[in-house]
Amino acid sequence: MEAVISSLRSGLRRIFESAEGLLDKIFGPKLNPFGQLGAIGYFLYWIVAASGIYLFAVYDTGLENTYESIEWYTYDHWYHAGVMRSLHRYASDLMVVMMLVHLAREFALDRYRGVRWFSWFTGIPVIWMVYISGITGYWLIWDKLAQYVAVTSTELLDWLPIFGEPIARNYLSGGVLSSRFFTLLIFLHVAVPLILLFIMWVHIQRISRPKVNPPRLLAGVIVVGLVIVSLWQPALSQGPADLTQEPSPVGLDWFYLPLYPLADSNPGLVWLFLAVATLLIGLMPWLPPLKKPKPAAVDLAHCNGCGRCVDDCPYEALILAPRSDDLPYSHEVAVNASKCVSCGICMGACPSSTPFRRTAELATGIDIPDLPLTEVRGRVQEVAETLTGAPRVLVIACTHSAGARHDGAVLALPCVAMAPPPLIDYVLSRDLADGVVVAGCAERSCHNRLGVDWTKQRIAGERDPYLRKRVPRERLLTVWASPTEGRVFRRELADFVDRLKALPADDGSGTRMPPAPSSAGAAEEKAL
Amino acid sequence: MIDGVSFPRIIGMLVFTVALSALAAVFDDWPRYSRIPDGMAVLKFSFTHGSDRSSLCKRRSREELQKLPPNKRVPLDCPRERPPVVTELEVNGEQLFFKSLPPSGIAKDGPSRLYERFLVPAGDHTITARMRDTPREEGFDYESTRRVTLVPGQNLSIDFRHETGGFVMN
Repeated sequence: MEAVISSLRSGLRRIFESAEGLLDKIFGPKLNPFGQLGAIGYFLYWIVAASGIYLFAVYDTGLENTYESIEWYTYDHWYHAGVMRSLHRYASDLMVVMMLVHLAREFALDRYRGVRWFSWFTGIPVIWMVYISGITGYWLIWDKLAQYVAVTSTELLDWLPIFGEPIARNYLSGGVLSSRFFTLLIFLHVAVPLILLFIMWVHIQRISRPKVNPPRLLAGVIVVGLVIVSLWQPALSQGPADLTQEPSPVGLDWFYLPLYPLADSNPGLVWLFLAVATLLIGLMPWLPPLKKPKPAAVDLAHCNGCGRCVDDCPYEALILAPRSDDLPYSHEVAVNASKCVSCGICMGACPSSTPFRRTAELATGIDIPDLPLTEVRGRVQEVAETLTGAPRVLVIACTHSAGARHDGAVLALPCVAMAPPPLIDYVLSRDLADGVVVAGCAERSCHNRLGVDWTKQRIAGERDPYLRKRVPRERLLTVWASPTEGRVFRRELADFVDRLKALPADDGSGTRMPPAPSSAGAAEEKAL
Repeated sequence: MIDGVSFPRIIGMLVFTVALSALAAVFDDWPRYSRIPDGMAVLKFSFTHGSDRSSLCKRRSREELQKLPPNKRVPLDCPRERPPVVTELEVNGEQLFFKSLPPSGIAKDGPSRLYERFLVPAGDHTITARMRDTPREEGFDYESTRRVTLVPGQNLSIDFRHETGGFVMN
């Protein structure tokens, strides 16, 4: 089972990375839709909601008038209401696409297990509500497709032994239906999307700075694109419903109704599929191998409650709490272990996380028990010792990036933002290497959401803790590339090596310091 | 440039978005799906009907009535449970459907319910619907026969209305 899931995940990941690389060329890394799937989903929801409210103003809920009112605004008022109808339809279709791609991508990137279960799990009712919203919408048009959807949906529901009288009997002949039935459907078509919005809000509760709006330019392009297609290929009805005739053949919306043909022949199989799929997706975060890294740990002796780690945590796993010890600070940091993924971004944000500190046991305000700062410094020294030849290049890489697969000297971290900026300063000023490469995930798909952004801002001096100005920038390279973009990494590394070779042996910056003492040496140094 | 993005890139983004939206528009109603094969029509045989349980009542003897509290001395002892409804559908003299439908409800005192679809070739047919809603072992209490000419794709519903005295074919 484990092997199957793992190979499925890696296969999907390769597909995604190829597609993402392609879209990087069209949209650029910052606007790549793959990095904005959730935000685009939200944006499409608002397009559907706004167009739906507009259409409701001209929609007639009477049984006889429903179809006529839709035809009237589709043809007589095509330039506003007709466009709105098409926007409503196509934005709903794209919402399904975004939702399913988002689901598959989070699976491929392995971002659903451990403490990330909440967002994954709450995504399941989102899927159900999106489908129910769409299906009830098709019902309202009362054309041949609506008739097909109504009859098949009710036959599907009747298969479940929970209803008294078969609901499908409502569509046995024309005389049974009443206008009040459409009022009920309108209520459903409004209420379910509102419930959907609420669950979408719950869905993002355990992440900080959730992206619920795509960049303005991308949003504009989506609207313009949808309007062009709405004018070019408007959504039309398929003729009025007639219960004395089978609506066949019928043009199905394959985004919302892919299971309906199966429901015609075997409704039990549809329910079995839905139950198994829901159960399996729901259980996935807890399927082996379980991810249970130890959460971040606060060392109050080194924490002054500055709150930088709280600001930087992408998962809202840290809060500032009133001080519980005697130190003269108002706050301290508290870790919510149920939200912490141990990415280490907090450690990288802590001003105490400096490898220059001359203590026997290097400590910081907030640390990752599985890979504490003292071990990070130790590994840097070990990796640096393996460097030979010139120039010596040390790579500090996120384990989810192309850099982590480099054959040379690599310090792999759960997230590139776990590396505190002073670590780069430490490597160069102690002459442990001639150049440092900071290699993170592709910009569109940071495994820990904000690691790439924070690292860039720290290096640029826009976010605390800054990389000190004295660090020679010509000896620092940042590469943002996913594991399948090894070619990008190798090319940038080769160029960087050439540039380093061209630099004078001593650049005269005066920042180089004597080599770092060993642990024992550090203790002696402190004692002195 | 808009937000630092060049116009050629914006055009590329727009072309991609239009292509994706066009795909949504295409699969919005294509390929078309046929629920029934060409040249076929549909019979929908459906009703909700509770069988008659009055014939299951038995008259209490004087001794039995004396044993009951005064406020419960009803002459007839009727069971709560209904007998099943037995129904049959024949097309051109051939049995298409026959079933004994149990009463609904936990106490089995609710109506029997049926909803079935059948495909038949379009054309002339003689359709006979029968129902037995009493506990007798053989025969039927209701029967209705009708000659119909079904056109391809036609839906013929066969319902049962007790108040109008039997089967209704629309």
